Amino acid sequence: MKVEIEIKNLNFYYAGNIQALKNINLQIFKNKITALIGPSGCGKTTLLRCINRIHDLYPGNRYEGEIIFQGRNILSNDIDLIELRSKIGMVFQKPTPFPMSIFDNVAYGLRLRGIKNKRELQDRVEKALKEAALWEEVKDKLNQSAFGLSGGQQQRLCIARAIAVEPEVLLFDEPTSALDPISTGKIEDLIIQLKSKITIVIVTHNMQQAARISDYTAFMYLGEIIEFGPTEKIFTNPENKLTESYITGRFG
Amino acid sequence: MLSNKKQYYFNLFFFFVTASSAFVVILVVVGIFLVLFKEAFPAISRYGIIRFIFSSSWDPVREIFGGAVPLVGTLTTSFLALIVAVPVALGIAVFITEVAPKRLGEIIGMAIELLAAIPSIIYGMWGLFTLAPLQAKYIEPFLQNLLGGIPLLGRLFSGNTLGIDIFTASIILSIMITPFTAAVARDAFLVVPPVLKESAYGMGATKWEVIKDVVFPYCKMSILGGIGLSLGRALGETMAVAFVLGNLNQFPTSLFSPTATVTVKLANEFTEADKDIHLAALFYLAFLLFIMSLTILGVSKYFIHKTQKK
Amino acid sequence: MIRRRKIINKLALFFCFLTALWGLFWLTFILFDIIRHGITALTPSLFLNEPTPPGIPGGGLKHALIGHLLITLTATLIGVPVGILGGTFLAEYGRNYKISRIISFIADIMISIPAIIVGTFVFAFMVKPMGHFSGLAGGVSLAIIMIPIIVRTTENMLSLVPWTLREAAFALGAPYYKVIFQVVYRGAGVGIFTGVILAIARVAGEAAPLLFTSFNNAYTTYNIFQPMASLTVTIFQYAMGPYEDWHKQAWGASFLITLFILLLAIVGRYLVRLKFKA
Repeated sequence: MKVEIEIKNLNFYYAGNIQALKNINLQIFKNKITALIGPSGCGKTTLLRCINRIHDLYPGNRYEGEIIFQGRNILSNDIDLIELRSKIGMVFQKPTPFPMSIFDNVAYGLRLRGIKNKRELQDRVEKALKEAALWEEVKDKLNQSAFGLSGGQQQRLCIARAIAVEPEVLLFDEPTSALDPISTGKIEDLIIQLKSKITIVIVTHNMQQAARISDYTAFMYLGEIIEFGPTEKIFTNPENKLTESYITGRFG
Repeated sequence: MLSNKKQYYFNLFFFFVTASSAFVVILVVVGIFLVLFKEAFPAISRYGIIRFIFSSSWDPVREIFGGAVPLVGTLTTSFLALIVAVPVALGIAVFITEVAPKRLGEIIGMAIELLAAIPSIIYGMWGLFTLAPLQAKYIEPFLQNLLGGIPLLGRLFSGNTLGIDIFTASIILSIMITPFTAAVARDAFLVVPPVLKESAYGMGATKWEVIKDVVFPYCKMSILGGIGLSLGRALGETMAVAFVLGNLNQFPTSLFSPTATVTVKLANEFTEADKDIHLAALFYLAFLLFIMSLTILGVSKYFIHKTQKK
Repeated sequence: MIRRRKIINKLALFFCFLTALWGLFWLTFILFDIIRHGITALTPSLFLNEPTPPGIPGGGLKHALIGHLLITLTATLIGVPVGILGGTFLAEYGRNYKISRIISFIADIMISIPAIIVGTFVFAFMVKPMGHFSGLAGGVSLAIIMIPIIVRTTENMLSLVPWTLREAAFALGAPYYKVIFQVVYRGAGVGIFTGVILAIARVAGEAAPLLFTSFNNAYTTYNIFQPMASLTVTIFQYAMGPYEDWHKQAWGASFLITLFILLLAIVGRYLVRLKFKA
């Protein structure tokens, strides 16, 4: 099994030297779904946001350690963030459609990369919307504003937008926590479909979700990785006492 | 400690006192509308509406009054000022909210507010004694030499470069009205949900791309409202342009022409008007300006109001 | 492709930096000019002398200083109570009526209405019937400009006081007016005061509304029922005139006004900062 991302001795400090991640060592396997679970404040979202360096937007944040992706340490200063983020995409907790039409939303990343050919744009937008299981519902209203869609549709739109640029990795930050159960189900199915082409890391506070869709699970607590392993093992036979307490609902 | 009954009556009294005070606001607006209309009526009935707005002769001696020149002057100076002020104001707002570190942004923000606090007459003084001479001596001749030869565009730079013209007036105006759009835009940019911007960054967009593709469209209504506020202010500005416009009742033929605006005409002629019909014509101009300002300001505030509710 | 986007990014953000520089440039240029020209005009005679006949040097602005003070004072005495009471209605007694939202909206618009229009209005309904210009009419026009400003700032400041505070007072049996005076005004006091300061700063610099109301006067007078000189109108008159001496005095007056207004504005902002820190 190939390692897509290798996280080595990662420490992360928020502005004001507040340490949020302690000595993280983790392997993300290619074309598999890795879930990050743990109680609120355990650092799972913080860790996720290190991988596409979205922390860089806010001054004062500091990384220590390495994250190896495609043979390079992406935490180093000479990494081109724009290029990085075209290979590692992110879907957020709240659906974030841009203030433009459905078509323009999905085409956004493509246009950023200079793709102007109308035919190509149309084909790729259609492809992305189909992969996101949204095509049938929006194919007749591609020019309408994205705000007219329901919450679940908007989130699938954001996913379509992210996959239109064919990234190697997709990071999901609690993608269904703001959605109803039916939309949640659709998106979970979608994520499982995607893994054949894309490596997926998903943060979720819903243990059942992690158990349902992920191949590997990392349990985090207070900024550290307590246990990591195949999902089935974590949920049926965890090695660490703390993991077991969390899984069985004794805390969190 | 008053008895309960006295407290009740005092409370009622206070209710009416405050209500009347609030009502004064409505009273003033309606009052201005009615009074201006009444004073302008002799001119309205004599010169009509269409004729007054479109005819350009302003002759107190022969009692022929047409408001086209000052109306056009008001609109032209205001739009010229907007052309410069709007991009600058948006640039400043972007700088404050997205580019500069927090402290620097706050300082620039304060500096812009100071610009807004300077009274118009001070702008007028500075315009008359500092800017106009500079314009006449250096800037306008330079522009005329540089661009006067270009066909069509060059005509904008023809004429006497005295510095007392629509060009100078518009520059001063543009500086004055920049803070309004800048402040509204800045406030709007600050409330764009971070998660929306992060989504765009997450797709590998550059900072400018995030601003242009996400922030600007998101704040569209507020920006328009801010521009409207600046326009409203520009339409009604008097002292800043009174010194440098010349109050000449002629349509401008180039940027270097003197002309008149409604406000400048009022300032110069109101107390000199000895004929009733002259005064009525001036009131007519004032009435039209009042309607214009109310409308533009009303629509702009409505836009801004709507986005604040979000 | 990425390189091109990055260049555009750098250029665009640089342009924004330039606009900030542009704003700062004009601010410093104008302030510098006012200081440069105004400071040399600040002699004791500027403050103590009456104006001399045109063309004869040695005149002062005593008439305009006193007149301006009286007119602004009149405006404050009229505008501040009406403004505060009006704002109180919008935020308190009237908070559930739709009319309050309308009045609030209209007040917002009136803040930016052309000042010269206010002047023509007061001319028509005060100066014409009275038969002559007066400092009082000038004060009224400034008050008309002040009222919407103070109404809105008062309304905003009062709304910031949490409703639970009022409930606690009601629960103790206080009538509404007492709740307002003893609880709400106390909480919003600094904010309201700041609003008043900023409103005074705004009208102290106005000239257009005074042009046809208080007009002008070559002599010092304390009678507000007479035409009255003001610093701003005098600046207008002197700047347009042909005499060097007049121009100098106009700069002196400009310096004084700008100083006064900027001080008020800074005090006002400082007070707001203090209030929100506490």
